[in-house]
Amino acid sequence: MRARASLLLLALIAPAGCQREERNYRADPVATESVEKVALAPLSPGPSGPVTETSGKAKEYENNAYHLSQGKTLYKWMNCVGCHANGGGGSGPALIDDLWIYGGSIENIVHTIREGRPNGMPSFRGKIPDDQIWEIAAYVRSMSGNVPKDAAPGRDDAMHPRPAENRTPESPPVSGGAPPPQ
Amino acid sequence: MRRLGRLALPLIGFALAGCRWQSVLDPQGPQANELAWLFWLFTWVLGAIWLAVMIALVLALVRRRPPRTDPLAVDPAQDRRYTAVVTGLAIATGVVVLVLTGLSYVSQRNLFRVEEEAVTIRVTGRQWWWEVRYEEADASRSFTTANEIHIPVGKPVKIKLSSADVIHSFWVPSLMGKQDLIKGQENDIRLVADRPGIYRGQCAEFCGLQHAHMGILVVAEPEGDFDRWRDAQIKPAEPPGDPERQKGEAAFLAQPCIMCHSVRGTPAGGKVAPDLTHIGGRRYLAAGTLPMSRGNLAAWIVDPHGIKPGVNMPTIKLHPDDLNALAAYLEGLK
Repeated sequence: MRARASLLLLALIAPAGCQREERNYRADPVATESVEKVALAPLSPGPSGPVTETSGKAKEYENNAYHLSQGKTLYKWMNCVGCHANGGGGSGPALIDDLWIYGGSIENIVHTIREGRPNGMPSFRGKIPDDQIWEIAAYVRSMSGNVPKDAAPGRDDAMHPRPAENRTPESPPVSGGAPPPQ
Repeated sequence: MRRLGRLALPLIGFALAGCRWQSVLDPQGPQANELAWLFWLFTWVLGAIWLAVMIALVLALVRRRPPRTDPLAVDPAQDRRYTAVVTGLAIATGVVVLVLTGLSYVSQRNLFRVEEEAVTIRVTGRQWWWEVRYEEADASRSFTTANEIHIPVGKPVKIKLSSADVIHSFWVPSLMGKQDLIKGQENDIRLVADRPGIYRGQCAEFCGLQHAHMGILVVAEPEGDFDRWRDAQIKPAEPPGDPERQKGEAAFLAQPCIMCHSVRGTPAGGKVAPDLTHIGGRRYLAAGTLPMSRGNLAAWIVDPHGIKPGVNMPTIKLHPDDLNALAAYLEGLK
Protein backbone atom coordinates (compact mmCIF):
# COMPACT_ATOMS: atom_id res chain seq x y z
CA MET A 1 0.00 0.00 0.00
CA ARG A 2 2.70 2.39 1.06
CA ALA A 3 4.85 1.43 -1.92
CA ARG A 4 1.95 2.11 -4.24
CA ALA A 5 1.26 5.51 -2.64
CA SER A 6 4.87 6.60 -2.93
CA LEU A 7 4.94 5.41 -6.55
CA LEU A 8 1.86 7.54 -7.26
CA LEU A 9 3.47 10.51 -5.54
CA LEU A 10 6.60 10.01 -7.63
CA ALA A 11 4.51 9.88 -10.81
CA LEU A 12 2.84 13.14 -9.81
CA ILE A 13 6.14 14.85 -9.06
CA ALA A 14 7.90 13.56 -12.18
CA PRO A 15 6.17 15.94 -14.68
CA ALA A 16 7.60 18.89 -12.73
CA GLY A 17 11.00 17.76 -13.91
CA CYS A 18 9.99 18.08 -17.57
CA GLN A 19 11.88 20.77 -19.35
CA ARG A 20 9.74 23.51 -20.79
CA GLU A 21 10.52 24.64 -24.27
CA GLU A 22 12.18 28.02 -24.37
CA ARG A 23 10.58 30.57 -26.59
CA ASN A 24 12.75 33.37 -27.72
CA TYR A 25 10.33 36.11 -28.80
CA ARG A 26 12.92 38.83 -28.92
CA ALA A 27 15.61 38.07 -31.46
CA ASP A 28 19.07 39.58 -31.03
CA PRO A 29 18.41 43.34 -31.36
CA VAL A 30 21.52 43.83 -33.48
CA ALA A 31 20.75 40.71 -35.45
CA THR A 32 23.50 39.97 -37.87
CA GLU A 33 23.63 37.12 -40.31
CA SER A 34 25.24 33.97 -39.02
CA VAL A 35 28.09 32.66 -41.14
CA GLU A 36 27.29 29.36 -42.81
CA LYS A 37 29.73 27.73 -45.19
CA VAL A 38 27.61 25.38 -47.24
CA ALA A 39 28.17 23.34 -50.37
CA LEU A 40 25.61 23.36 -53.15
CA ALA A 41 26.97 20.17 -54.74
CA PRO A 42 27.45 16.81 -53.05
CA LEU A 43 30.64 16.28 -55.09
CA SER A 44 34.14 17.27 -54.09
CA PRO A 45 37.59 16.05 -55.29
CA GLY A 46 39.08 13.33 -53.19
CA PRO A 47 37.55 10.68 -50.97
CA SER A 48 35.95 13.07 -48.40
CA GLY A 49 32.84 15.03 -49.28
CA PRO A 50 32.65 18.83 -49.59
CA VAL A 51 34.00 20.86 -46.65
CA THR A 52 31.23 22.72 -44.83
CA GLU A 53 31.16 24.74 -41.64
CA THR A 54 27.98 25.74 -39.87
CA SER A 55 27.19 28.01 -36.93
CA GLY A 56 25.17 25.36 -35.06
CA LYS A 57 22.00 27.48 -35.05
CA ALA A 58 20.14 24.62 -36.76
CA LYS A 59 19.27 22.81 -33.51
CA GLU A 60 17.87 25.92 -31.89
CA TYR A 61 15.35 26.32 -34.71
CA GLU A 62 14.64 22.75 -35.91
CA ASN A 63 13.83 21.35 -32.46
CA ASN A 64 11.69 24.25 -31.31
CA ALA A 65 7.90 24.07 -31.77
CA TYR A 66 7.51 27.84 -31.44
CA HIS A 67 10.01 28.63 -34.19
CA LEU A 68 8.50 25.97 -36.45
CA SER A 69 4.97 27.29 -36.09
CA GLN A 70 6.15 30.87 -36.55
CA GLY A 71 7.85 29.61 -39.71
CA LYS A 72 4.55 28.13 -40.86
CA THR A 73 2.79 31.49 -40.40
CA LEU A 74 5.61 33.39 -42.10
CA TYR A 75 5.60 30.91 -45.01
CA LYS A 76 2.14 32.26 -45.85
CA TRP A 77 2.71 35.89 -44.84
CA MET A 78 5.91 36.27 -46.87
CA ASN A 79 4.12 34.76 -49.86
CA CYS A 80 6.24 31.61 -50.28
CA VAL A 81 2.85 30.14 -51.23
CA GLY A 82 2.85 32.38 -54.31
CA CYS A 83 5.38 30.13 -56.12
CA HIS A 84 5.79 26.97 -54.02
CA ALA A 85 2.07 26.58 -53.21
CA ASN A 86 1.48 24.52 -50.07
CA GLY A 87 4.68 22.59 -50.78
CA GLY A 88 3.62 20.84 -53.95
CA GLY A 89 5.26 23.51 -56.08
CA GLY A 90 3.93 25.74 -58.84
CA SER A 91 6.16 28.11 -60.71
CA GLY A 92 8.73 27.21 -58.02
CA PRO A 93 9.90 23.68 -57.22
CA ALA A 94 8.08 21.39 -54.79
CA LEU A 95 9.21 21.47 -51.15
CA ILE A 96 7.50 18.35 -49.79
CA ASP A 97 9.55 15.90 -51.87
CA ASP A 98 13.04 14.65 -51.08
CA LEU A 99 14.84 16.30 -54.02
CA TRP A 100 16.88 19.39 -53.15
CA ILE A 101 18.44 21.31 -56.04
CA TYR A 102 20.53 23.51 -53.74
CA GLY A 103 20.91 21.19 -50.76
CA GLY A 104 18.38 20.15 -48.12
CA SER A 105 20.11 21.05 -44.85
CA ILE A 106 18.64 23.98 -42.93
CA GLU A 107 21.81 26.00 -43.59
CA ASN A 108 21.42 25.42 -47.34
CA ILE A 109 17.77 26.49 -47.21
CA VAL A 110 18.68 29.60 -45.19
CA HIS A 111 21.23 30.42 -47.89
CA THR A 112 18.71 29.83 -50.65
CA ILE A 113 16.27 32.28 -49.01
CA ARG A 114 18.96 34.86 -48.20
CA GLU A 115 20.80 34.83 -51.51
CA GLY A 116 18.06 33.85 -53.92
CA ARG A 117 18.70 31.33 -56.72
CA PRO A 118 18.77 31.60 -60.51
CA ASN A 119 15.52 31.09 -62.43
CA GLY A 120 13.23 33.00 -60.15
CA MET A 121 13.97 32.61 -56.42
CA PRO A 122 14.31 36.20 -55.11
CA SER A 123 16.94 37.19 -52.56
CA PHE A 124 15.26 38.06 -49.27
CA ARG A 125 18.34 39.49 -47.54
CA GLY A 126 17.37 42.70 -45.78
CA LYS A 127 13.68 42.07 -46.47
CA ILE A 128 13.06 39.29 -43.99
CA PRO A 129 14.98 39.57 -40.67
CA ASP A 130 17.54 36.78 -40.34
CA ASP A 131 15.86 35.04 -37.39
CA GLN A 132 12.65 34.81 -39.40
CA ILE A 133 14.58 33.34 -42.36
CA TRP A 134 15.77 30.60 -39.97
CA GLU A 135 12.19 30.02 -38.81
CA ILE A 136 10.95 29.67 -42.40
CA ALA A 137 13.85 27.35 -43.29
CA ALA A 138 13.10 25.15 -40.27
CA TYR A 139 9.45 24.98 -41.33
CA VAL A 140 10.42 24.08 -44.90
CA ARG A 141 12.39 21.14 -43.45
CA SER A 142 9.29 20.06 -41.51
CA MET A 143 7.27 19.89 -44.76
CA SER A 144 9.21 16.76 -45.74
CA GLY A 145 9.21 15.36 -42.20
CA ASN A 146 12.83 16.23 -41.41
CA VAL A 147 12.30 17.77 -37.95
CA PRO A 148 11.34 16.02 -34.67
CA LYS A 149 7.68 14.96 -34.74
CA ASP A 150 6.99 16.39 -31.29
CA ALA A 151 8.08 19.86 -32.43
CA ALA A 152 6.52 19.97 -35.91
CA PRO A 153 3.23 21.89 -36.29
CA GLY A 154 -0.03 19.96 -35.91
CA ARG A 155 -3.00 20.10 -38.26
CA ASP A 156 -4.51 23.37 -39.47
CA ASP A 157 -7.90 24.69 -38.44
CA ALA A 158 -8.84 25.05 -42.10
CA MET A 159 -8.71 22.53 -44.94
CA HIS A 160 -5.17 21.55 -45.81
CA PRO A 161 -4.05 19.75 -48.96
CA ARG A 162 -1.73 17.27 -47.20
CA PRO A 163 -1.22 15.64 -43.80
CA ALA A 164 -0.06 17.90 -40.96
CA GLU A 165 3.69 18.39 -40.64
CA ASN A 166 3.86 16.23 -37.50
CA ARG A 167 2.31 13.33 -39.44
CA THR A 168 4.42 13.70 -42.57
CA PRO A 169 6.62 10.63 -43.09
CA GLU A 170 10.31 11.41 -42.96
CA SER A 171 12.01 11.69 -46.35
CA PRO A 172 15.71 12.51 -45.94
CA PRO A 173 17.09 15.02 -48.47
CA VAL A 174 18.50 13.69 -51.74
CA SER A 175 20.70 16.09 -53.64
CA GLY A 176 19.81 16.93 -57.20
CA GLY A 177 16.34 17.31 -58.59
CA ALA A 178 15.19 19.00 -61.72
CA PRO A 179 15.80 22.74 -62.19
CA PRO A 180 12.60 24.77 -62.12
CA PRO A 181 10.73 25.12 -65.41
CA GLN A 182 12.03 27.95 -67.58
CA MET B 1 -6.51 64.48 1.64
CA ARG B 2 -3.19 64.20 -0.19
CA ARG B 3 -4.01 60.60 -0.97
CA LEU B 4 -7.37 61.62 -2.37
CA GLY B 5 -5.68 64.27 -4.48
CA ARG B 6 -3.30 61.70 -5.88
CA LEU B 7 -6.23 59.45 -6.79
CA ALA B 8 -8.15 62.30 -8.40
CA LEU B 9 -5.24 63.49 -10.55
CA PRO B 10 -5.44 60.78 -13.22
CA LEU B 11 -9.22 61.24 -13.40
CA ILE B 12 -8.79 64.96 -14.03
CA GLY B 13 -6.17 64.04 -16.64
CA PHE B 14 -8.65 61.84 -18.47
CA ALA B 15 -11.33 64.50 -18.31
CA LEU B 16 -8.94 67.08 -19.76
CA ALA B 17 -7.86 64.74 -22.54
CA GLY B 18 -11.53 64.42 -23.53
CA CYS B 19 -11.14 60.66 -23.51
CA ARG B 20 -13.54 58.67 -21.38
CA TRP B 21 -12.09 55.69 -19.62
CA GLN B 22 -14.08 52.66 -20.64
CA SER B 23 -17.00 51.97 -18.34
CA VAL B 24 -20.25 50.08 -18.69
CA LEU B 25 -21.74 52.49 -16.17
CA ASP B 26 -21.12 55.47 -18.46
CA PRO B 27 -23.50 54.65 -21.34
CA GLN B 28 -23.28 56.97 -24.35
CA GLY B 29 -25.63 55.28 -26.81
CA PRO B 30 -29.01 53.50 -26.90
CA GLN B 31 -27.43 50.03 -26.88
CA ALA B 32 -25.25 50.84 -23.87
CA ASN B 33 -28.21 52.59 -22.16
CA GLU B 34 -30.24 49.41 -22.51
CA LEU B 35 -27.49 47.38 -20.84
CA ALA B 36 -26.86 49.93 -18.08
CA TRP B 37 -30.60 50.13 -17.32
CA LEU B 38 -30.77 46.35 -17.08
CA PHE B 39 -27.69 46.31 -14.85
CA TRP B 40 -29.14 48.85 -12.39
CA LEU B 41 -32.58 47.19 -12.39
CA PHE B 42 -31.06 43.80 -11.53
CA THR B 43 -28.76 45.37 -8.95
CA TRP B 44 -31.58 47.23 -7.13
CA VAL B 45 -34.20 44.47 -7.27
CA LEU B 46 -31.84 41.67 -6.25
CA GLY B 47 -30.12 43.93 -3.70
CA ALA B 48 -33.49 44.71 -2.07
CA ILE B 49 -34.38 41.01 -1.94
CA TRP B 50 -31.01 40.14 -0.45
CA LEU B 51 -31.46 42.84 2.20
CA ALA B 52 -34.97 41.58 3.06
CA VAL B 53 -33.68 38.00 3.44
CA MET B 54 -30.82 39.14 5.64
CA ILE B 55 -33.12 41.18 7.88
CA ALA B 56 -35.48 38.20 8.23
CA LEU B 57 -32.54 35.96 9.10
CA VAL B 58 -31.21 38.34 11.75
CA LEU B 59 -34.70 38.71 13.26
CA ALA B 60 -35.08 34.93 13.38
CA LEU B 61 -31.76 34.59 15.15
CA VAL B 62 -32.32 37.40 17.63
CA ARG B 63 -35.96 36.89 18.61
CA ARG B 64 -36.53 34.51 21.46
CA ARG B 65 -39.38 31.98 21.31
CA PRO B 66 -41.47 31.46 24.39
CA PRO B 67 -40.59 28.11 25.95
CA ARG B 68 -43.04 25.37 25.03
CA THR B 69 -44.47 22.96 27.46
CA ASP B 70 -44.92 20.12 24.99
CA PRO B 71 -42.41 20.14 22.13
CA LEU B 72 -44.49 17.70 20.07
CA ALA B 73 -47.75 19.64 20.31
CA VAL B 74 -49.36 20.57 16.95
CA ASP B 75 -50.91 23.98 16.42
CA PRO B 76 -53.01 23.75 13.19
CA ALA B 77 -53.68 27.51 13.01
CA GLN B 78 -49.95 28.37 13.17
CA ASP B 79 -49.11 25.65 10.62
CA ARG B 80 -51.59 27.11 8.15
CA ARG B 81 -50.04 30.57 8.62
CA TYR B 82 -46.55 29.22 7.96
CA THR B 83 -47.73 27.33 4.87
CA ALA B 84 -49.35 30.48 3.49
CA VAL B 85 -46.18 32.56 4.09
CA VAL B 86 -43.84 29.99 2.48
CA THR B 87 -46.17 29.48 -0.52
CA GLY B 88 -46.50 33.24 -0.97
CA LEU B 89 -42.73 33.73 -0.92
CA ALA B 90 -42.18 30.85 -3.37
CA ILE B 91 -44.71 32.37 -5.79
CA ALA B 92 -43.12 35.82 -5.36
CA THR B 93 -39.70 34.33 -6.19
CA GLY B 94 -41.11 32.76 -9.33
CA VAL B 95 -42.78 36.03 -10.37
CA VAL B 96 -39.57 38.05 -9.83
CA VAL B 97 -37.53 35.57 -11.90
CA LEU B 98 -40.13 35.55 -14.69
CA VAL B 99 -40.45 39.36 -14.79
CA LEU B 100 -36.66 39.84 -14.86
CA THR B 101 -36.36 37.22 -17.61
CA GLY B 102 -39.05 39.03 -19.61
CA LEU B 103 -37.35 42.42 -19.21
CA SER B 104 -34.01 40.94 -20.18
CA TYR B 105 -35.64 39.43 -23.28
CA VAL B 106 -37.15 42.79 -24.27
CA SER B 107 -33.74 44.45 -23.85
CA GLN B 108 -32.11 41.81 -26.03
CA ARG B 109 -34.66 42.51 -28.76
CA ASN B 110 -33.91 46.22 -28.57
CA LEU B 111 -30.16 45.56 -28.64
CA PHE B 112 -30.33 43.52 -31.83
CA ARG B 113 -33.01 45.55 -33.59
CA VAL B 114 -32.03 46.05 -37.22
CA GLU B 115 -31.95 49.67 -38.39
CA GLU B 116 -30.90 51.02 -41.77
CA GLU B 117 -27.20 51.71 -41.22
CA ALA B 118 -25.42 54.90 -42.31
CA VAL B 119 -21.93 53.38 -42.20
CA THR B 120 -20.74 49.79 -42.58
CA ILE B 121 -17.40 48.86 -41.07
CA ARG B 122 -15.69 45.49 -41.32
CA VAL B 123 -13.49 44.81 -38.29
CA THR B 124 -11.09 41.86 -38.49
CA GLY B 125 -9.40 40.76 -35.28
CA ARG B 126 -5.74 39.85 -35.54
CA GLN B 127 -3.10 39.00 -32.97
CA TRP B 128 -3.00 41.72 -31.52
CA TRP B 129 -4.61 44.57 -33.40
CA TRP B 130 -7.80 45.46 -35.27
CA GLU B 131 -8.01 45.74 -39.04
CA VAL B 132 -10.75 48.22 -39.94
CA ARG B 133 -12.27 48.44 -43.41
CA TYR B 134 -14.93 51.01 -44.32
CA GLU B 135 -17.16 49.35 -46.89
CA GLU B 136 -19.03 51.33 -49.52
CA ALA B 137 -20.98 50.22 -52.57
CA ASP B 138 -18.57 52.41 -54.56
CA ALA B 139 -15.32 50.43 -54.25
CA SER B 140 -13.18 53.53 -54.83
CA ARG B 141 -14.55 54.96 -51.57
CA SER B 142 -13.69 51.86 -49.51
CA PHE B 143 -10.48 52.04 -47.51
CA THR B 144 -8.55 50.17 -44.83
CA THR B 145 -7.16 51.53 -41.59
CA ALA B 146 -6.42 50.08 -38.16
CA ASN B 147 -7.14 50.37 -34.45
CA GLU B 148 -9.21 53.57 -34.68
CA ILE B 149 -12.83 53.78 -35.83
CA HIS B 150 -14.52 57.09 -36.61
CA ILE B 151 -18.32 57.22 -36.63
CA PRO B 152 -20.86 60.01 -37.16
CA VAL B 153 -22.80 60.98 -34.02
CA GLY B 154 -26.42 59.83 -33.84
CA LYS B 155 -26.22 57.60 -36.95
CA PRO B 156 -26.65 53.82 -36.77
CA VAL B 157 -23.40 52.01 -37.57
CA LYS B 158 -23.16 48.37 -38.59
CA ILE B 159 -19.97 46.58 -37.65
CA LYS B 160 -19.21 43.23 -39.31
CA LEU B 161 -16.88 41.16 -37.18
CA SER B 162 -14.59 38.31 -38.17
CA SER B 163 -11.15 37.04 -37.28
CA ALA B 164 -7.98 36.17 -39.14
CA ASP B 165 -6.53 33.85 -36.50
CA VAL B 166 -8.03 33.04 -33.07
CA ILE B 167 -11.28 34.17 -31.39
CA HIS B 168 -11.33 37.81 -30.26
CA SER B 169 -14.17 39.86 -28.83
CA PHE B 170 -15.09 43.45 -29.72
CA TRP B 171 -16.12 45.51 -26.71
CA VAL B 172 -16.56 49.26 -26.38
CA PRO B 173 -18.26 49.41 -22.95
CA SER B 174 -19.67 52.94 -23.30
CA LEU B 175 -21.40 52.07 -26.59
CA MET B 176 -22.44 48.41 -26.58
CA GLY B 177 -21.99 44.90 -25.26
CA LYS B 178 -19.43 42.32 -26.33
CA GLN B 179 -19.52 40.41 -29.59
CA ASP B 180 -17.07 37.69 -30.59
CA LEU B 181 -14.91 37.71 -33.72
CA ILE B 182 -14.66 34.16 -35.02
CA LYS B 183 -12.59 32.89 -37.92
CA GLY B 184 -14.78 31.70 -40.78
CA GLN B 185 -17.91 33.32 -39.39
CA GLU B 186 -19.31 36.83 -39.67
CA ASN B 187 -21.04 38.39 -36.67
CA ASP B 188 -22.83 41.73 -36.79
CA ILE B 189 -23.19 44.38 -34.16
CA ARG B 190 -24.99 47.72 -34.39
CA LEU B 191 -24.25 50.80 -32.37
CA VAL B 192 -25.10 54.47 -32.13
CA ALA B 193 -23.13 57.14 -30.28
CA ASP B 194 -25.44 59.81 -28.81
CA ARG B 195 -22.69 62.31 -27.99
CA PRO B 196 -19.37 63.19 -29.62
CA GLY B 197 -16.39 61.76 -27.79
CA ILE B 198 -13.59 59.24 -27.82
CA TYR B 199 -14.57 55.87 -26.46
CA ARG B 200 -11.99 53.25 -25.67
CA GLY B 201 -12.65 49.56 -26.25
CA GLN B 202 -10.61 46.42 -26.03
CA CYS B 203 -10.49 42.75 -26.86
CA ALA B 204 -12.67 40.86 -24.37
CA GLU B 205 -11.72 37.28 -25.23
CA PHE B 206 -8.30 35.97 -24.22
CA CYS B 207 -6.41 35.73 -27.49
CA GLY B 208 -2.78 35.14 -26.59
CA LEU B 209 0.26 36.86 -25.14
CA GLN B 210 -0.68 40.46 -25.87
CA HIS B 211 -4.44 40.20 -25.33
CA ALA B 212 -4.20 42.99 -22.74
CA HIS B 213 -2.58 45.30 -25.30
CA MET B 214 -5.31 44.97 -27.91
CA GLY B 215 -7.14 48.26 -27.57
CA ILE B 216 -9.34 50.14 -30.01
CA LEU B 217 -10.63 53.72 -30.06
CA VAL B 218 -14.04 54.75 -31.32
CA VAL B 219 -14.13 58.45 -32.21
CA ALA B 220 -17.67 59.78 -32.51
CA GLU B 221 -17.79 63.15 -34.24
CA PRO B 222 -20.37 65.41 -35.92
CA GLU B 223 -21.25 64.31 -39.45
CA GLY B 224 -19.30 67.14 -41.16
CA ASP B 225 -16.10 66.21 -39.32
CA PHE B 226 -16.67 62.52 -40.06
CA ASP B 227 -17.10 63.17 -43.79
CA ARG B 228 -13.90 65.26 -43.87
CA TRP B 229 -12.04 62.51 -42.02
CA ARG B 230 -13.33 59.87 -44.43
CA ASP B 231 -12.39 61.92 -47.52
CA ALA B 232 -8.86 62.36 -46.11
CA GLN B 233 -8.54 58.63 -45.37
CA ILE B 234 -9.59 57.64 -48.90
CA LYS B 235 -6.72 59.65 -50.42
CA PRO B 236 -3.34 57.93 -50.83
CA ALA B 237 -0.39 59.20 -48.81
CA GLU B 238 1.11 62.47 -50.02
CA PRO B 239 4.72 62.21 -51.24
CA PRO B 240 7.04 63.74 -48.62
CA GLY B 241 8.26 67.28 -49.27
CA ASP B 242 11.25 67.82 -46.98
CA PRO B 243 14.55 65.93 -47.41
CA GLU B 244 14.39 64.18 -44.02
CA ARG B 245 11.02 62.64 -44.74
CA GLN B 246 12.13 61.73 -48.25
CA LYS B 247 15.05 59.86 -46.71
CA GLY B 248 12.56 58.22 -44.35
CA GLU B 249 10.39 57.07 -47.22
CA ALA B 250 13.42 55.61 -49.01
CA ALA B 251 14.39 53.77 -45.80
CA PHE B 252 10.82 52.51 -45.40
CA LEU B 253 10.77 51.10 -48.93
CA ALA B 254 14.22 49.48 -48.57
CA GLN B 255 13.55 47.85 -45.20
CA PRO B 256 11.53 44.73 -44.27
CA CYS B 257 8.61 47.10 -43.41
CA ILE B 258 7.15 46.61 -46.90
CA MET B 259 6.86 42.83 -46.48
CA CYS B 260 3.90 43.34 -44.13
CA HIS B 261 2.76 47.00 -44.15
CA SER B 262 1.19 49.05 -46.91
CA VAL B 263 1.21 52.77 -47.56
CA ARG B 264 -1.19 53.60 -50.37
CA GLY B 265 0.52 55.74 -52.99
CA THR B 266 3.85 53.89 -52.64
CA PRO B 267 4.90 50.40 -53.80
CA ALA B 268 4.52 49.12 -50.22
CA GLY B 269 1.55 46.77 -50.32
CA GLY B 270 1.92 44.24 -47.50
CA LYS B 271 -1.37 42.88 -46.21
CA VAL B 272 -0.54 41.20 -42.91
CA ALA B 273 0.12 44.23 -40.69
CA PRO B 274 -1.70 47.54 -40.08
CA ASP B 275 -2.12 49.90 -43.05
CA LEU B 276 0.15 52.90 -42.41
CA THR B 277 -1.20 55.27 -45.08
CA HIS B 278 -2.44 57.78 -42.47
CA ILE B 279 -0.77 56.47 -39.31
CA GLY B 280 0.34 59.95 -38.22
CA GLY B 281 -3.30 60.94 -37.85
CA ARG B 282 -4.13 58.18 -35.37
CA ARG B 283 -4.11 58.85 -31.66
CA TYR B 284 -2.36 55.66 -30.57
CA LEU B 285 0.29 53.24 -31.77
CA ALA B 286 0.32 49.44 -31.55
CA ALA B 287 -3.41 48.98 -30.80
CA GLY B 288 -3.85 51.52 -28.01
CA THR B 289 -0.49 50.79 -26.40
CA LEU B 290 1.50 54.02 -26.92
CA PRO B 291 0.30 57.58 -27.61
CA MET B 292 1.26 58.70 -31.11
CA SER B 293 4.47 60.71 -31.16
CA ARG B 294 7.70 60.69 -33.10
CA GLY B 295 9.61 59.38 -30.08
CA ASN B 296 7.14 56.54 -29.51
CA LEU B 297 7.24 55.62 -33.20
CA ALA B 298 11.03 55.33 -33.03
CA ALA B 299 10.87 53.35 -29.76
CA TRP B 300 8.34 50.96 -31.27
CA ILE B 301 10.40 50.39 -34.43
CA VAL B 302 13.64 49.82 -32.50
CA ASP B 303 12.27 47.34 -29.99
CA PRO B 304 8.66 46.22 -30.47
CA HIS B 305 9.27 43.20 -28.23
CA GLY B 306 10.38 45.39 -25.34
CA ILE B 307 6.98 47.12 -25.46
CA LYS B 308 4.71 44.23 -26.51
CA PRO B 309 6.62 40.94 -25.97
CA GLY B 310 5.68 38.28 -28.50
CA VAL B 311 4.20 40.73 -31.01
CA ASN B 312 4.49 39.78 -34.68
CA MET B 313 6.51 42.87 -35.60
CA PRO B 314 10.16 41.74 -35.80
CA THR B 315 13.29 43.51 -34.62
CA ILE B 316 15.09 44.81 -37.68
CA LYS B 317 18.55 46.11 -38.41
CA LEU B 318 18.33 49.85 -38.92
CA HIS B 319 20.91 52.65 -39.05
CA PRO B 320 20.22 55.34 -36.37
CA ASP B 321 19.98 58.11 -39.00
CA ASP B 322 17.50 56.03 -40.96
CA LEU B 323 15.50 55.45 -37.78
CA ASN B 324 15.03 59.18 -37.16
CA ALA B 325 14.09 59.78 -40.77
CA LEU B 326 11.69 56.82 -40.72
CA ALA B 327 9.96 58.08 -37.57
CA ALA B 328 9.65 61.55 -39.13
CA TYR B 329 8.21 60.03 -42.33
CA LEU B 330 5.61 57.97 -40.48
CA GLU B 331 4.63 60.80 -38.15
CA GLY B 332 4.01 63.00 -41.19
CA LEU B 333 1.58 60.50 -42.77
CA LYS B 334 -1.47 62.43 -41.58
